[in-house]
Amino acid sequence: MRPFLTLTLATLFASPALATEGVLDVVAPFEIKGADPSTSGNIMIKMELAETLVNADPDGRLTSGLATEWQVADDGLSWLFRLRPGVTFHDGTPLTAQAVADALAHARAKPGLLDTAPITAIAPEGEDLRITLSQPFAPLPAFLSEYRALIYAPAAYDAQGNATQVIGTGPYRLTRMQEPLRLEAERFDGYWGQPARIAQVTYQAVGRAETRALLAESGDADYVFNLDPASVARLSGVAGVEVLSVPVPRSLLVKVNAGHPALSDPQARRALSLAIDRQGLAQAILRYPTGADQLFPPSVADWHVEGLEPLAHDPEAARAILADLGWQPGPDGILTRDGERFALTLTTYPDRPELPLSAAVIQQMLAQIGVEVTIDSTNSSEIPVRHADGTLDLALLARNFALVPDPIGTILTDYAPGGDWGAMGWQNDAFTALIRDLAAGQGGQDQRDQAMAMLQADLPVIPVAWYQQTAAVSTGVSGAVIDPFERTIGLSQMDWVQP
Amino acid sequence: MIWRALGYRAAQAGVVAFLVGVLTFLMMQALPGDMAFRIAAGRYGYDMVTADAAAAVRAELGLDRPAWAAFMVWLGDLGRLDLGVSVISGRPVWDEIRHQMGASLHLAGAALLLSALIGPPLGILAGLRAGGWLDRGLLVLSSGLRAVPQFLMGLILIVLVSIQLSWLPAAGHGRAEHIILPALTLALGLAAVSARMARDAMAGVAARPFYAFGRWKGLSEGQMLRRHGLRNIGVAMVTFLSLQFVMLVEGVVVVESIFGWPGIGHALVHAIFGRDVPMVQGTALLLGLGFVALNALTDLLTRLIDPREIRA
Repeated sequence: MRPFLTLTLATLFASPALATEGVLDVVAPFEIKGADPSTSGNIMIKMELAETLVNADPDGRLTSGLATEWQVADDGLSWLFRLRPGVTFHDGTPLTAQAVADALAHARAKPGLLDTAPITAIAPEGEDLRITLSQPFAPLPAFLSEYRALIYAPAAYDAQGNATQVIGTGPYRLTRMQEPLRLEAERFDGYWGQPARIAQVTYQAVGRAETRALLAESGDADYVFNLDPASVARLSGVAGVEVLSVPVPRSLLVKVNAGHPALSDPQARRALSLAIDRQGLAQAILRYPTGADQLFPPSVADWHVEGLEPLAHDPEAARAILADLGWQPGPDGILTRDGERFALTLTTYPDRPELPLSAAVIQQMLAQIGVEVTIDSTNSSEIPVRHADGTLDLALLARNFALVPDPIGTILTDYAPGGDWGAMGWQNDAFTALIRDLAAGQGGQDQRDQAMAMLQADLPVIPVAWYQQTAAVSTGVSGAVIDPFERTIGLSQMDWVQP
Repeated sequence: MIWRALGYRAAQAGVVAFLVGVLTFLMMQALPGDMAFRIAAGRYGYDMVTADAAAAVRAELGLDRPAWAAFMVWLGDLGRLDLGVSVISGRPVWDEIRHQMGASLHLAGAALLLSALIGPPLGILAGLRAGGWLDRGLLVLSSGLRAVPQFLMGLILIVLVSIQLSWLPAAGHGRAEHIILPALTLALGLAAVSARMARDAMAGVAARPFYAFGRWKGLSEGQMLRRHGLRNIGVAMVTFLSLQFVMLVEGVVVVESIFGWPGIGHALVHAIFGRDVPMVQGTALLLGLGFVALNALTDLLTRLIDPREIRA
């Protein structure tokens, strides 16, 4: 009996034991949903398996990627991208203008940012790539730096244009992919640029924040992306781990249906905004020192306006504004006007655990000024659904403004004049015109400042907080970075620290 | 006799396959929310879903066609042993299930084996001396272990074994030693129950007249246990362990998510959120068939242990 048990145990627990020495382990919450850039490109770009035509530095300035340079014609309707010579895909085929054009055509056929750009054609022109537009569109290079515009080899795509394999050009080459949680990669010796320093890397998706922090603490993971507030505080005191933190262009917002009878007056929206104690919420729930006093954080220098009057917390003023608008407290303290109760539903989603918590806090704060809020924490897709059918009152959401390093793309889809994750029932023609001009490449800092002042005055959404991105890095590695645009972790430039 | 039993189980498998297919399909149709939006959220990420993305998904998958047509397609595919393609990842459902169900079975098997090494032997020892110090101590210990929720047990083990002692990796999947902590987390909870089961069964057997007779005719305690004890509690134990196994495969989502272990429970939950109908149907089908197969195996084993029913 005993030898049998030992044997069974050995078989159960055995698979070839691999040495972990010399393998860099990356841990993040994102699950691998497949090979296609549209579903899991955010992982492929961080693991440097594939690259985009255009890169961005941590300040959001565009730098060369698979394209070395680009020019726009005088009429703004045609862009020429010069492709980097001597680049090969991981399957040994060369990077050609046709391959790039095909990859971008596949990307554009799927829902995403690229399909919102006014592109009419993407075609090779000799060794270069020509993109023609129906109207001038200045942020085009920024759009091409997004992970959904990663360039894979022709052999990676099936007949429908979905990538079934990851065949990119990056400094790392995929060796094994086990959806949904794990992939392994090794240095690609045919890389065109500076070769990766560490030969082998792994990616492991771990959904629970506690586990990610424990993996950093135990030294099992070398780079742990996205920590929860409590773990940041704890890991900061742990030897062998360094915590990196950077403000990211992601804001916690209350989306407001400006078409709702109680919310159509900008003063009513201002009253809701005045009821929210942003600093209290940020410190209690998110553990950040301050809340948001305008839409963009100071780190997004082009769109953060220094002189803008900050959004304040003043429940007294909020009550006074609502009284001016004709709202009177009913017997239960909830405001009424012409027999209508000031009662709203706040839709949010639990994918980000701080959202339902923040919703509960906001519910309390709005109750203080006599506004009754019912929280509906449901699937995130209910927000676009209710946006489309007009049944949304309020939504609490976290919006990333820098899917591309230039926030104009997101502002255009969300606020000019409205979008699923932005303004609803709100129309400001002067704002829309300003943003469209900016997107076409006309105007500069003054126009951006004006546009932001309009949002601050009209409040189609009520900013609540700015997010920080955090990572825990082993002190045994050097070269790790945390990127506000979440494109890179510095993987190929990381190296072991020699003791 | 055994062939008739197996034939009965095979017929049962057919009925289960059909019912599971129909029921999962109906339940998925009955879920609230717009399917195209849910699929788009599952594919592109929770804050990437827009009305445009949902419209594209609707057109691509033909979600406008009547539901019964989709069901007939699934039934036809099933006839050709084809489970279809996931609407989220675009990969064959069979490939997805194989990896994740394989990982769940691996973990459940390891946990059950570990628990069988810990629980029943202790329970048998306690049952042989019912009321003794081991019996009383074990009652306290197993109640305590049973009362600790799995997620807490997992975190305690990670903190003790991985962080304080640096013996094992805290979480992950891919290397041999990754399985030990999640398996142990599950095994401790299981052993707590199986020890009590074994103790009660053993105490019952040990109190029977034939046991006293065996002692009286001069058999040693070891001989008594091997020849008369184990076989008598075997039927109850095998049935109980097979039930535990089913619970494990379906119910280890919490432990899997703490340890970053791929698993069928997690896959099923995500497939339901993402309205991935082929994936849900395929998973439910295989879980249902697995249940039938396990029942058949349990029947066979209990008949081998206790052949009286057949001879009678």
